[in-house]
Formats: sequence, structure tokens, C-alpha cells
Amino acid sequence: MRGSETVSGSFVGRRKGLPSGTPGIWTTALATLAILLMLGALLWIVAVNAFGWFWPARISEIVLDDGTVRIGEIVAREPIPAAGKEVAATVYRVKLKTGNRELTRSDFMWIDEAAIAARSQSEDLVRIVRSEYGDAFGRIVGAYRDDGAQVDINSPRALEDFLETGEEWRRENRRLENERDQMRRPLTRLEERLDLLERSARAGTPEGAQEISALEDTVAVEAKRLGPRLEALLEDHEGNAQRLMRSRIVLAAGADRIDVPLANVIEVVWSNRLGFLSRVAHAVREGVLFLFTEPREANTEGGIFPALFGTVLLVLLMSVAVVPLGVVTAVYMTEYARPGLALRLANQAVNNLAGVPSIVFGMFGLAFFVYQVGGAVDQAFFADKLPTPTFGTGGVLWASLTLALLTVPVVVVATREGLLAVPRNWRDGSLALGATRWQTLRRIILPAAMPGILTGLILAVSRAAGEVAPLMLTGAVKLAPSLPVDGTAPFLHLQRKFMHLGFHIYDVSMQSPNVEAAKPMAFATTLVLLLLVILLNLTAIVVRRRLRRAYQGQAV
Amino acid sequence: MENPRNEDSMNSHQNVFRSPRGSFASSTHEVDVADHGTALKSRGLHLYYGDTHALKGIDLEMPEREITALIGPSGCGKSTFLRCFNRMNDMIEGVRVEGEVVVEGMDVHRPDVDLERLRKRVGMVFQKSNPFPMSIHENISFGPRMTGVRGRGRLEELVERSLRQADLWEEVRERLDDSALDLSGGQQQRLCIARALANEPDILLLDEPASALDPISTAKIEETLLQLKESYTIIIVTHNLQQAARIADRTAFFMLGELVEYNDTMTMFTNPRQAITEEYITGRFG
Repeated sequence: MRGSETVSGSFVGRRKGLPSGTPGIWTTALATLAILLMLGALLWIVAVNAFGWFWPARISEIVLDDGTVRIGEIVAREPIPAAGKEVAATVYRVKLKTGNRELTRSDFMWIDEAAIAARSQSEDLVRIVRSEYGDAFGRIVGAYRDDGAQVDINSPRALEDFLETGEEWRRENRRLENERDQMRRPLTRLEERLDLLERSARAGTPEGAQEISALEDTVAVEAKRLGPRLEALLEDHEGNAQRLMRSRIVLAAGADRIDVPLANVIEVVWSNRLGFLSRVAHAVREGVLFLFTEPREANTEGGIFPALFGTVLLVLLMSVAVVPLGVVTAVYMTEYARPGLALRLANQAVNNLAGVPSIVFGMFGLAFFVYQVGGAVDQAFFADKLPTPTFGTGGVLWASLTLALLTVPVVVVATREGLLAVPRNWRDGSLALGATRWQTLRRIILPAAMPGILTGLILAVSRAAGEVAPLMLTGAVKLAPSLPVDGTAPFLHLQRKFMHLGFHIYDVSMQSPNVEAAKPMAFATTLVLLLLVILLNLTAIVVRRRLRRAYQGQAV
Repeated sequence: MENPRNEDSMNSHQNVFRSPRGSFASSTHEVDVADHGTALKSRGLHLYYGDTHALKGIDLEMPEREITALIGPSGCGKSTFLRCFNRMNDMIEGVRVEGEVVVEGMDVHRPDVDLERLRKRVGMVFQKSNPFPMSIHENISFGPRMTGVRGRGRLEELVERSLRQADLWEEVRERLDDSALDLSGGQQQRLCIARALANEPDILLLDEPASALDPISTAKIEETLLQLKESYTIIIVTHNLQQAARIADRTAFFMLGELVEYNDTMTMFTNPRQAITEEYITGRFG
């Protein structure tokens, strides 16, 4: 009797239904799980898609019912959307990357599986990575030296020698191009000056005309002096180029024949011959090349080095600007400013600054840094080059300063929290020992607030590395002719335009002439951007942990 | 009185706390409270925290090279009073001080007072030990380094002497470069005493220095203070009446911002003049 009835006022016994609180706990756990899953999916999708860019896929030769032969890499397989009625057995189709763009006008082709008579992956199929028209797929059926002599294509050795010769000529030509640029530099400079002079307002005046004719004479003299040497150089270069164009490989893909001059061959890959280990090695090599070479063919091929370099440089410059600015502001607001309405307003302003859309910062950077400051700098220091702007146009300096403004609230807030967390008794202890406020700040408070400052920097870097919108207005470009850092004085060229990973992703996946073929590359770039942000963060986190350890003994 | 040039020379120095140590050391014979001269003095000292009247006209003279204990219930103003002498109350927003606070003959509120010099001369140890997150050596040499003492040898010497005075040298001599935060609570507090001593002060203010320590550590600190009394003027705020009885030469009893009674410790504890003092020291409230 007793057990079955609930005694009012007792707190033993089971209540009906779910214990209160349990559904709430489940909801929170599920929400957390959903977020973790989403994060995992994000990383997975990016990684898998990017992986395809590096991993050498097998090359298939597909014979269709009507006898046509297609050669290429199978990149996707999907059920054909049923037309009208439901089909009993699902029919699939495959997507074949056939390359040979000059013939087919597209790198890809859908083939119904039902129409396939035979497939094979014979070992003599090759992929040729070219500097024009993208990849070529097929079977090598002929190779000719520049003098027309045939190379024995059945001897791997002979073929390899042939390719190596081509590689040598190309190397030689790159060297010659460099040499020519070096040799021509004085002349180029004179010509640039002449050009500027001719376009300037002074060109109309008699003195201007006199100056121009004098300069023209100098240019002529210089050109005459350099002439023979330059010509000899050019002749060598031309000879190599001719030989490279005359030497060629002939590929057969079904009924098609493709001539690939050695000049265009970057790499010949016998994908089907590679074992697992050599595939891994190939992928690793591709990965390294991807990171450290320049893009080709309107960014759809080649590497991303300039973008990677630009991003890292941008973030570094941004950090150099944002840390002092943010820390000094936070120090003033925390240590010196009197509490009151003004400080509250300043605090609110800083917090609100963090919420301003980034494109607004881009507009500000363009209007203020580029046009105002850059214009003034040009007037003051580069007047001789006007109307061609030097600093009065987008560049890595203005972009990084814009990003610094964008991220300064994060640094200020984190630093303020760090400063406020410094135990009051350290401050008192230092002052009681006769240290000035400044000494106390420098020796005690700032070192102890360092973890907070670094937290701010981490957040700022994370945000800055991924920010694209403001950069599009302040100096990021699709293709920069030269890196902002190079071997000519003053080595760091802050006025130069730069490439950026985020902008590169947008460019490759949306603006490229061959979006489909470049898709894996867009993912690979995304992966690099992601890894870069993680790497930058990890570095700062490790530093912060070390600093924190130094303060751990403090009881309470 | 031993020093004939005191009064005149004091007044002739515009900036007293910038003056050389010699002219500052033994300062005034205005009031002869005991065998020694007066080190610290307050006259008509009122202190307000905003609207709160925290100290209500304190007149007190504390002699050189003695230990003076300040006792009283919580919130009676004894810590606030202590912090007047090195002007640590300046740190607190909305504090107003009236009256005189005299350290070695000089009013610390004179506009030409060099605050850093004053604080170097008047060392302070806080209730909660506050070693900086640095090595033991860097902690001790912090004050001297900040106030302009240069030279490795000189600093080494100061560190060793201060640690010996605070009775910590033998325990830490092997690990001067270890973090001060790794020391035990009692050691940390003695480190703070050593750190204050490294500035070569004349006066040491201690704000309940042993309240967070175990009895053994407390005993060690008391022992240290008794030794230090030979050469320093020590003012100690304490909640522990036995402690005051054990080590203090004089004791001042504060209540509700007023100085109720001030006498030599023996008299105070055996034969207090005021009834309320007796009630407090016999533990009827507190």
C-alpha cells in the first residue's frame, strides 16, 4: 500500500514522465554534436576535394559501342536523372577528364555507362602537363627531335633523354631571359624616364622638348652600346625556342592525334605505371610544387606561391601595425584614462568598430589610405612619376593597414582583459617598492598581460588571414607581376600589389576561364588557407602557453 | 637632537626626498617620545573615501627603531592609516586627505615630494604575499633596479644581505634563479620582506603580514621582525593581539576611524586606560 502511493511532502519515489532537465541536457548535447559534425564535414570536404589535385588518378581508355575511343581520368560517377518516369534499374554515367582542350574545347565529358563497350587502364597511357591548353591525355605514338629525327619511343631511356634535353633548353632560356633583363635594366630605366617626361605637362614647353631630345639621344647611345650583346643573347634564346618548338611528341587519343611541342611540356606522367609509394611521392612533390611555384594559365594551373607569400606578408605587416596600436590604446584606456562618460563612450566605440562590415573598412582604406595618404605621399616623394601613382594606388601597405584597423578592436578588448586580470597586489607591490607607474607598467603589468595581448593577436590574425572583401579594394589582384619582396633595393616594396589566398580562391572558382578544371585547385587553395590560419594560431597559442606557465605558481 | 643640523637643513632643502641620504636619516627632535627620535608622525589626519570619513583626526607619533603595532576591529582604519605613510592611498579613486603625515620630519604631501624616493625610504609588506612572477633574484633586486642602482656586484650584495636579514638566505641560496612563485607561503612573505629591505629603507610598514600564514611561519616572521627592529622602524597592522603583545614595543588601538588609545604595549595589555580597549583586548568584541 505504502509504496504505491506518493506521500505528499516526501522527496523519495519516482516522478512520472521524464526527469525534468533531461531533455534540456540532450538538446544542448545535440547542438554541440551538430556543430562538431559540421566542422568535421567542412574539413573533410575541403581535404577530399583538394586531395584530387595532387593524387595522380589512373587513366582509363574507354571504348564506346560505336567504336569511339576516349582517354582520360574518371573524376565522377552519378545516376542519370530519370527523365519523366521512374526507371527500374538506375543508370549511371561517368565524368571523364579528357583534357586535350584544343580539340574538344572542354576538359570534361559525360559518358553513359550503358554505352561503354570496354574499359582498360593500359600502362602506356600518359598525361602530359602542358603550359598551354591544360593537360593532354593519350598514348605516345611518336617523338621527333628538332632535326626531324625520330626518337625510339619504345626505349624508356631514349624518351627520357629526349625530355631531359627539352628541360635543359627551357632552363637555359629562363637563364637567358634573366640575363637579358639584367643587361637591359639601365636602358629600361632611361626609357621609363623618357616615357614619363613625354607624358608630363612639361613636354609642351621648350625646355621640356630639349630635355626630351637629350634623353632620346642618351637612349639611342645606350641602345647602340648594348645592342650587339643583346642581339647575341636574343639569338641564343630564339634558337632554343625554335628547337623547343620543332621537337615534339605525338599523342594518340582514339582517332585524334595531338602534337605537343617540347616547349609546352612541363611533365609527362605515366600514371598507370605508378605503384602506391610512387603515387604518394608524386602527390607530395605536386603538393610542394603547388606551394612554391607560380600560377600558370590564368591561375588555373601551377602553384599558388605568390598568393601564399602575399597572405603571410600581409598578416605579418598587419600584426606589426595592430599590436602597438591596440596595446597602446588598451593601456591608455585601462591604466590612465579616468573612468567616466568619455571612457564608456570610447569603450563602446571600440566594441562597435568590431561589428562594422569589412567591406566598409575596404572603402575606408581606399578613400583614406589609398587616395588621401597615398596621394599625398606621391605628391611629396614620387612627384616625378605622376600621373602614374606609386603609393596612390592599392598596395600591400595600405591593405595591411586597413586590416589592422579592422582587427584593432579585438586586440584592444583582449589586451584590456589581460591588463585587468593582472593581480592588483603586483601593481601595489611594484609601486610600494618605489617603481614609477611607467616602470610598473613596463616591468610588471605588460609582461603579465602578455597572454591577453597574444590572445588578441591570435584572434586578429585569424580574422585578417581570411578577410577578402577589404583587400579587393585596397590592392589584392588576380595576378601580381612581382612579389612585394625581392632582390632589388629596398627589398620590401610596400607599394606593390599582391596576391592573396582568399582572393585567389574566389578568382579560381568563380572568375577563371575554366572553372570546372580549376575546382580541385580552388579546394587545394582553401586547404592551404585553412592550414595557414591554423599554423599561425598554433604558433601564437604555443607562445602563450609558455608565457602562462611562467605565471602559474601564483596562488589564487 | 643628536643631529644638530636637522631642523634648519631640512627646511632649506626644497626637495627633501631627492636630497642625499645623509641629510635625511636622523631628522627631527620635535617630540621626544622615547629613547629614540620620532620616525613617523601624523597630526590631525583626516581621510575620506568619497563620503566616508575613514580617519577622524589621528594624532600619533611613532619612534625610531621600535615596533609599533596597530590593532583594532576590521574596518577601523588601521590599514588606511598605515598606507598614508607611503601614500599608497593615492592609488584609490576619490580619496581626500587632510592634516599632516610626517615621515622623518617631512610632510609627505608637500608638492615637491618625490613619491618614488619616499616609497624607497618607507618599505611596505602586504597582507597577501605578492612576489612578482620572476626569479627570486629578480624579485629582490626589483626595487633597487627600478630606483637606479646599477652594477651586478652591488645588486648581488644587496640580494644576499636582504635575504639574510629576512632569514631566507639559507633556504634559497641554491635556487636564486628559480621562480619566486614556487616558494611556500611563509617563504613568499619573507621574500616580500627581503624585497622591501633591498631598497635599504628606514621604515618598514607591514599590513597584517602573517595573517595568512601557519603558526610556524608566523613565528619565523616575528623572529625576523625582532631582529630587524635593531636597525629599522617597524609599523605593523595586526589582528592577532598575541602577536602585538609578543613583538610590539608600542601599541595603538583604533576604532571606527579614531585612535582610542596609544601606549607602550605592556601598559596597554595589562592596564588599559579606556574601558573599550580592555573590552577589545580581552576579546569581548572584535
